[in-house]
Amino acid sequence: MKKLLSVQQLSKFFGEQLACDDIGFDLYEGEVLAIVGESGSGKTTLLRCLAGLLPPNHGRILYHGKDGRQVDIVLASEAARRNLLRTEWGFVHQDARDGLRMGVSAGANIGERLMAIGDRHYGHIRSSAEQWLGRVDIPISRIDDSPWTYSGGMRQRLQISRNLVTAPRLMFMDEPTGGLDVSVQARLLDLMRGLVRDLGLAVILVTHDLAVARLLSSRMMVMQNGRVVEQGLTDQILEDPQQPYSQLLVSSVLPV
Amino acid sequence: MPQAVSIQNLHKEFILHNQGGTRIPVFSELETEIGVGESVAIVGQSGQGKSSLLKLIFGTYQATSGSINVLHQGAIFNVVAAAPHEILSLRRSTIGYVTQFLRCIPRVAAEDVVAEPLRDRGMALDEARNEARELLSRVNIPERLWHLPPMTFSGGEQQRVNIARGFAAHFPLLLLDEPTASLDAENRARVMTLIEDARARGSTIIGVFHHADERHRVCDREIDIGQQAK
Repeated sequence: MKKLLSVQQLSKFFGEQLACDDIGFDLYEGEVLAIVGESGSGKTTLLRCLAGLLPPNHGRILYHGKDGRQVDIVLASEAARRNLLRTEWGFVHQDARDGLRMGVSAGANIGERLMAIGDRHYGHIRSSAEQWLGRVDIPISRIDDSPWTYSGGMRQRLQISRNLVTAPRLMFMDEPTGGLDVSVQARLLDLMRGLVRDLGLAVILVTHDLAVARLLSSRMMVMQNGRVVEQGLTDQILEDPQQPYSQLLVSSVLPV
Repeated sequence: MPQAVSIQNLHKEFILHNQGGTRIPVFSELETEIGVGESVAIVGQSGQGKSSLLKLIFGTYQATSGSINVLHQGAIFNVVAAAPHEILSLRRSTIGYVTQFLRCIPRVAAEDVVAEPLRDRGMALDEARNEARELLSRVNIPERLWHLPPMTFSGGEQQRVNIARGFAAHFPLLLLDEPTASLDAENRARVMTLIEDARARGSTIIGVFHHADERHRVCDREIDIGQQAK
């Protein structure tokens, strides 16, 4: 297993307020890591720092690129970070409107990422868009419609497919199933499970829902007040949590 | 010759921080060795930690102290000190764990539940599904159920799906936690045959079996957890 990401002593303050305190972990190819904790625990801030969307105050985020080179995301140029986010990485926002271009068609949303990496062939872009819509169960007949006409679940699937079109190795997901109906959520989770397996994606997933973490992740990190209180295998944290806060968190959920 | 599993000075206790720090000791100073290809039954009274021992070897429980060395791809690997990605690799290629409870993944068809460990090792979907179907028929799951999610199956059917899943990948080390509990005689016999096949392939087996006749049938010896630990 190759190491994809190595995070060392990462801290982030908002003024005096500590959002992430001395975070460290390694992520390997194909691993799904769930970051769990209550709202305000710093998990979304951490995710945004990792994806290069927020500058941390301290620490290193070393990414091992496809070309074998190692980049420190904290020190990389804005252009280099943006390039990673539209090629080797993907970012799925909780609110699909933050991750989609709502003013253009679904097909154009997918095509945009391909054009950003230099694809200029209309026929190829169009057929990729069709293929990826199919992959996330969106009827091809909806390809020219605006995402405004899509339901919440469809928008989220479109956002995911837009990210996948460039075959990323690492996806950041911020509460991807939050705010969706339970049945829509279930379908999205099934889809994500399948994609992660088939594409060998590594995922860092922020969720407050332990059921989502159990279903999708192999590893878990429990956060409280900006600190990682415990990390380990998902089944270990759910069945034998060691720290007081993780014990409280796990015992607060109804058994499945 | 390295042992398949070698346990030194293993200590496990649960500390319930939110119940006033109550300590629940499971065992301490557990020492035991299991050779490659051996089939052993863990025996002991209820509550002495038979299932806990299996979960410790699998990495689901965290040891309080001690070491659990497992032979993994020709090298010795201490589960207690391992990083998560190392334990995941151990589970992909070396250790299989079968309980009577199906960790049900909603909406996934029975044949895919069984095929999953094979897919994890990179086997193509069709091939993995064929193997899965073969196993499902061996544990007596009717063909009309194969493409349905096991959530709606009877308890015994779910249990057998889980057993088929556990035996799919031919793991060198199998941890069996009462795999036949609550099955009827016919289905128990089918599961016993699967265990015998795994033994014949050279898998090391560590099992907790409720019935003495099952222990005698598939195990070389017994390890009494009460005598091996404090």
